Amino acid sequence: MQFTSMILSNVEVSPGYWRMRMTAPQEFTEARPGQFVMVRVSGAIDPLLRRPFGVFDVGIHIPSHSGAAPQPYFEMLYRVVGKGTAMLSALHETDLLDVLGPLGKGFDLGEPGEEKLIVGGGVGLAPLYLLAKELVKNSPVRLFAGGRTRDDVLCITEFERLGVECYSATEDGSLGERGFVTKVLEQRLDQTANRGAMFACGPHGMLEAVAAIAAARGISCQVSLEGYMACGVGACLGCVAPGRNHSPETPDFRCVCAEGPVFEAGELKWGGAA
Amino acid sequence: MKPYMGVKIAGLDLRNPVMTASGTFGYGAEFAEYVNLETIGAFVTKGLSLKPRAGNPTPRIVETPGGMLNAIGLQNVGIDAFIEKKTPFLRSIDTPVFANFFGNTIDEYAELARRLDHVPEVAGLEVNISCPNVKQGGIVFGTDPACARDVVSACRAATRKPLIVKLSPNVTDIVAMARACEDAGADALSVINTLTGMAIDLKSRRPVLANVTGGLSGPAIKPVALRMVWQVARSVRIPVIGIGGIMTATDALEFILAGATAVQVGTASFINPGAAGDIAAGIEEWLAAHGVSDVNSLIGALEA
Ligand SMILES: Cc1cc2nc3c(=O)[nH]c(=O)nc-3n(C[C@H](O)[C@H](O)[C@H](O)COP(=O)(O)OP(=O)(O)OC[C@H]3O[C@@H](n4cnc5c(N)ncnc54)[C@H](O)[C@@H]3O)c2cc1C
Ligand SMILES: Cc1cc2nc3c(=O)[nH]c(=O)nc-3n(C[C@H](O)[C@H](O)[C@H](O)COP(=O)(O)O)c2cc1C
Ligand code: FES
Repeated sequence: MQFTSMILSNVEVSPGYWRMRMTAPQEFTEARPGQFVMVRVSGAIDPLLRRPFGVFDVGIHIPSHSGAAPQPYFEMLYRVVGKGTAMLSALHETDLLDVLGPLGKGFDLGEPGEEKLIVGGGVGLAPLYLLAKELVKNSPVRLFAGGRTRDDVLCITEFERLGVECYSATEDGSLGERGFVTKVLEQRLDQTANRGAMFACGPHGMLEAVAAIAAARGISCQVSLEGYMACGVGACLGCVAPGRNHSPETPDFRCVCAEGPVFEAGELKWGGAA
Repeated sequence: MKPYMGVKIAGLDLRNPVMTASGTFGYGAEFAEYVNLETIGAFVTKGLSLKPRAGNPTPRIVETPGGMLNAIGLQNVGIDAFIEKKTPFLRSIDTPVFANFFGNTIDEYAELARRLDHVPEVAGLEVNISCPNVKQGGIVFGTDPACARDVVSACRAATRKPLIVKLSPNVTDIVAMARACEDAGADALSVINTLTGMAIDLKSRRPVLANVTGGLSGPAIKPVALRMVWQVARSVRIPVIGIGGIMTATDALEFILAGATAVQVGTASFINPGAAGDIAAGIEEWLAAHGVSDVNSLIGALEA
């Protein structure tokens, strides 16, 4: 759906990372974990295109003063990287944004009861919070969060509050283990015979490493991809990623916005560019 | 009184002069959830080829000031899958559909025109001549008048359906191209396709697009498109469809003044899926507010 959303709050949660809460139609609260929105950051022609962001959370706000109607909302967690996100970070409460979504196919929640391992790198945690919120209803959930420094490991307390067991790693050692989050993930996998399901979102290199770990251990793994998007609905074919059998002779491109952004890691081609 | 919005393109009656542009509206169904397709005059499919095409590696798109570059590489399902899988949806809408298509050789173009001629859901054809001729050293059909004439003649002979030719702006003399296509039997001309451009990432010292170059679209190209529509419209007798950076009803009306009988909306649909319908409604409002009873009276009505 396309709707005009009013900003309820826009807060810098860590240097360069912002969390925005915005109004949404009631139906939006049915967004599946892993789905995303396309936001028009300005009514002008520059920046021209909408910007894609994961749905961090959805909910219904019950106003404290009586009489006001409950307000469905959603949240985004975003990192300021360029023009569009810088403009977003300058917006305030009551400012309006044009939103298209929820879009794409979300995560498959897997079997109840089995252990769920969530792996997030930096702002890749954004779509994983709503996922964790759903998964904890039926399964034990562990989160592996990585970043360059402690400032890049976001919203851990929110995950902990859900009852998720959190592990972190930073490249500079300022929080948790020093090194890549995949190291911590492997340590955990070595300690347990558990064969749950894995879910990952983050930089492509991290996803590739996670996919390799999952494949080597025969664990099912879903990854959420990024891609340069213009339309977000499968019309422009700008956002594709190579599927498992892709080669110049046997082209196999998957549309990230419409067929994804979540894919079974095994469905994709890893290792190098398209 | 409600202004009259109908226009005639290549013998087809459109309810209003606003169409969606090829490659920006998929095969119709993609946007159906967001747009009432019956608010637009006509819809043009993604470019079709004889065989499915994989398209280019990524990144395929990049935003530029007031525009975007794309190097999708004409990825499409191919004509067989189009007929089998995409036409059932098209049957369900009451809006004329133009099938956009392209080939690598003149024979391929003619074969596609022949096949599309038999597809009842297709009201008309739009031939994209901005493609390299593999048999003639890769020269783009649409950049050489003789080459363009041959392609259009071959398509003309292969179909009785309305035939629109979509011109490439990457030429020195757009009027020569337009005349060649008119002489070869085109019923209308779409002006313009994307302008070839490039973006560079200073940090990595690399081109941003995997394909290095891509086609520029969006508001950034509007002045060029307007100029070309104006030049072409005054040089040919067949209708011209104005394309390039149209975001608003004002933009569309400017193209109509320059001589366009209809317009196509491309990149704007990415930003606002309902753009084409909104633009049609905006034109109607403008006509009513300015006491213009028939949109046709504005075509080419530019004051000199
Ligand atoms: C499905 C999906 C979900 C995403 N979810 C989030 C999220 O929850 N939080 C978050 O911070 N970021 C997310 N991103 C990345 C986010 O879209 C980009 O960081 C953002 O578009 C950058 O815009 P900009 O104008 O600040 O940057 P600029 O570099 O100025 O943008 C220029 C162009 O490049 C595109 N672009 C730049 N970086 C990216 C990127 N990494 N991925 C895709 N397009 C890019 C922009 O959309 C724009 O069209 C997501 C991307 C995708 C595809
Ligand atoms: C992503 C994308 C894909 C396109 N694909 C095609 C195509 O397959 N065939 C074609 O004739 N034109 C194609 N075009 C060109 C558009 O139809 C249109 O001529 C151009 O974008 C200029 O209009 P605009 O500025 O309104 O977008 C494409 C444009 C874009 C942005
Ligand atoms: S963003 Fe247009 S097809 Fe995915």
